[in-house]
Amino acid sequence: MDWLTTVDHKKIGILYMIAGGFFFLIGGLEAIIIRVQLMKPMNDVVAGDTFNELITMHGTTMIFLAAMPLLFALMNAVIPLQIGARDVAFPFLNSLGFWTFFFGGLLLNLSWFAGTVPDAGWTSYVPLAGPTFNSGHGVDYYVIGLQIAGIGTLLGGINFMATIINMRAPGLTFMRLPMFTWSIFITSALIVFAFPVLTVGLVAIMFDRLFQANFFEVANGGSGVLWEHIFWVFGHPEVYILILPAFGIISEVVSTFSRKRLFGYSSMVFATVLIAFLGFMVWAHHMFTTGLGPVANGLFSIATMLIAVPTGVKIFNWLFTLWGGSIRFTTANLFGIGFIPTFVMGGVTGVMLASAPADFQYHDSYFVVAHFHYVIVGGLVFGIFAGLHYWWPKMFGRMLNETIGKITFWTFFIGFHLTFFVQHFLGLLGMPRRVYTYLGGQGYDDMNMISTVGAFLMGVGTIAFLLNVFITWAKPRNATNDPWEDGRSLEWTIPSPPPEYNFQQTPLVRGYDAWWKEKMEGKTAMTPAEPIGSIHMPSPSILPLIMSIGLFIAGFGFMYDHLLVAGGGLVITFGCMVIRSLFDDHGYHIEPEDQEKGVKA
Amino acid sequence: MSSHDHVDGHLPHEPEKATLQARNNILGFWLFLGAETVLFGTLFSAFLALRHNIGDGPSANEIFQLPMVFAATMILLTSSLTSVFAVQALHQHKKKAMVGWLIVTIVLGLSFLGLEIYEFFEYVHEGHKFTTSAFSSSFYTLVGFHGAHVAFGVVWISMIIGQIFKKGLTVVTAPKVYISAIYWHFIDVVWVFIFTVVYLMGKVG
Repeated sequence: MDWLTTVDHKKIGILYMIAGGFFFLIGGLEAIIIRVQLMKPMNDVVAGDTFNELITMHGTTMIFLAAMPLLFALMNAVIPLQIGARDVAFPFLNSLGFWTFFFGGLLLNLSWFAGTVPDAGWTSYVPLAGPTFNSGHGVDYYVIGLQIAGIGTLLGGINFMATIINMRAPGLTFMRLPMFTWSIFITSALIVFAFPVLTVGLVAIMFDRLFQANFFEVANGGSGVLWEHIFWVFGHPEVYILILPAFGIISEVVSTFSRKRLFGYSSMVFATVLIAFLGFMVWAHHMFTTGLGPVANGLFSIATMLIAVPTGVKIFNWLFTLWGGSIRFTTANLFGIGFIPTFVMGGVTGVMLASAPADFQYHDSYFVVAHFHYVIVGGLVFGIFAGLHYWWPKMFGRMLNETIGKITFWTFFIGFHLTFFVQHFLGLLGMPRRVYTYLGGQGYDDMNMISTVGAFLMGVGTIAFLLNVFITWAKPRNATNDPWEDGRSLEWTIPSPPPEYNFQQTPLVRGYDAWWKEKMEGKTAMTPAEPIGSIHMPSPSILPLIMSIGLFIAGFGFMYDHLLVAGGGLVITFGCMVIRSLFDDHGYHIEPEDQEKGVKA
Repeated sequence: MSSHDHVDGHLPHEPEKATLQARNNILGFWLFLGAETVLFGTLFSAFLALRHNIGDGPSANEIFQLPMVFAATMILLTSSLTSVFAVQALHQHKKKAMVGWLIVTIVLGLSFLGLEIYEFFEYVHEGHKFTTSAFSSSFYTLVGFHGAHVAFGVVWISMIIGQIFKKGLTVVTAPKVYISAIYWHFIDVVWVFIFTVVYLMGKVG
């Protein structure tokens, strides 16, 4: 019950981690089935239709229900601690954001049990996803599930922007923010400005499907290219929503385990801002073969290649941070260091794809599949693994086992490269993506087998990580405040796991790498910025859960044309809004004598 | 700073910004409006891309009645002014005047909605249905989204008035009035764009 009503950012972080991890396993299982089907030519493990459903659900699940929630898990667990805050700006909305994501994801995945699964690809291109060619309920699940989950993402973005702007500890200026906080700040801005575009796209396609609107119905004047524009105006920034937090994690991990200040901090900040800005300017590089013409293709081609410049700045700054440092090869740092060359490879193929004439060759081949998996798995998932190993002791008070951690790293790292490196060549040889099988003797056979073996190795790595988690669970809480002993930012100044109010006294920040600076001056604690006093906390609430269930019910109602059910769901949600608005939450106070007892989260 | 540092009757000069939570709410709301701007921007783009694809249905030039739309515009612009008066009364701690201006704002909002509903009925009557063409779908979606925002604002401000009656003007209720006024201006600005892009351009272009 405690977990259903919590508004504490640390617990919400753990909820995001469990739910995101669960969907990661589902998405991973789908990937394994895809690889088993493609293991050998003319395989018939799954039918063609099922294959379409698998690739659609794999992409959608991994991006929206695994990667983003796992990032939200780390944001929630770390950001308020890194900026010396007692909670986020809107604890209630934080909880609401989690529950809408969870029920949106649940709705989407219930399609497997309803026997009508989205099968138009994760990009849901029309007319393939439109009512004319796709009259079942599959795409409805996609549209409504993502719409509900998207509410949660948008709330999270607004929440973290407001938190970082308004709730930093005294002395923590913007140019002293830890790099992870910076990257989350920029990511949140991207969420706020990119997700509403997806919302409109989903609304439009929902109106087409449910109410016979004509946004994308070409026979009545609609436009398929319009969907592509809308989807990628959202979709390209989404790539940076995913990767910028990973950049932030890598910056923290590499700097901590090199025992050095992050090289070129201010250039890192500006590179992050620049990448985010350019991320909005390049969406049409997904549409080179749509027929926008040479001028548009040329401009978007150049704008895309420009992104390599700030990204290169970041790569070299990480290398210079490592250079001359006393490096510790912990699991977190292995993932950090493994990230760097892997992401460079993904970036290089990105520049290749950005060249519009060359893209006509690579388009819809396995080369593209290899490219974006190098960026999203080799970038983002390595980043998430690095972050989880790094902050695990802070979140749970227990150190993950390093030996199993290294097994996780090596199996996952080698498995990853086995799986996706050969796919570059499969693509160049002409194997198209999204096909459920291929003829033998075209030079595809061996490489597909290697790819499938690699996928299983990644599965082994994931299982090793889960094993590590369970083994760690059984051990006593033994992590100190600063378990890596080289912590640099504020989260390492408070107990692991932190008490529910985080900081008994708000710390006074005196420079970049606030905690490192104090340690170098021989201090054992931060200078407090306020006297010990009563701490105001928000009260827990069940309303976010009920509101999300209301939306969940309404989603089903709309999908199956039961307007009564749909209306009932909306009444539940709006009713909760009315209750929330009429009864103010005054919260409660933790008095100094109770703080001494160390209330645990 | 907690909410009971100030009691009714000893309100600070700008009661809507007195607490950290209030400042968070105002900032968060501005960010939300940033997202809303993108939302309407996308709806406008879709409308602009599809507005000439009228199929067998009537064109914009045939159905739009500028005098009525102009009247609706004037009503909505005036309601923005009255919500400014409400915020001014808030700053002077005049509860009654504030509630009065809020009620005027709601009444104007409702009149605007009434005109819009009448307008939509007229159009449907003339064969301009939601499902007629890409133009009609994008028209009703864009203008309807705005209308839904107005309706939401009316309900929201009514509930805030209810709270003012129940709890008085405090550092908890003042930010709600202030934020709802920002919201009201926002939907007003969106309407100015709709008036220009949808109606005026529909008549001449």
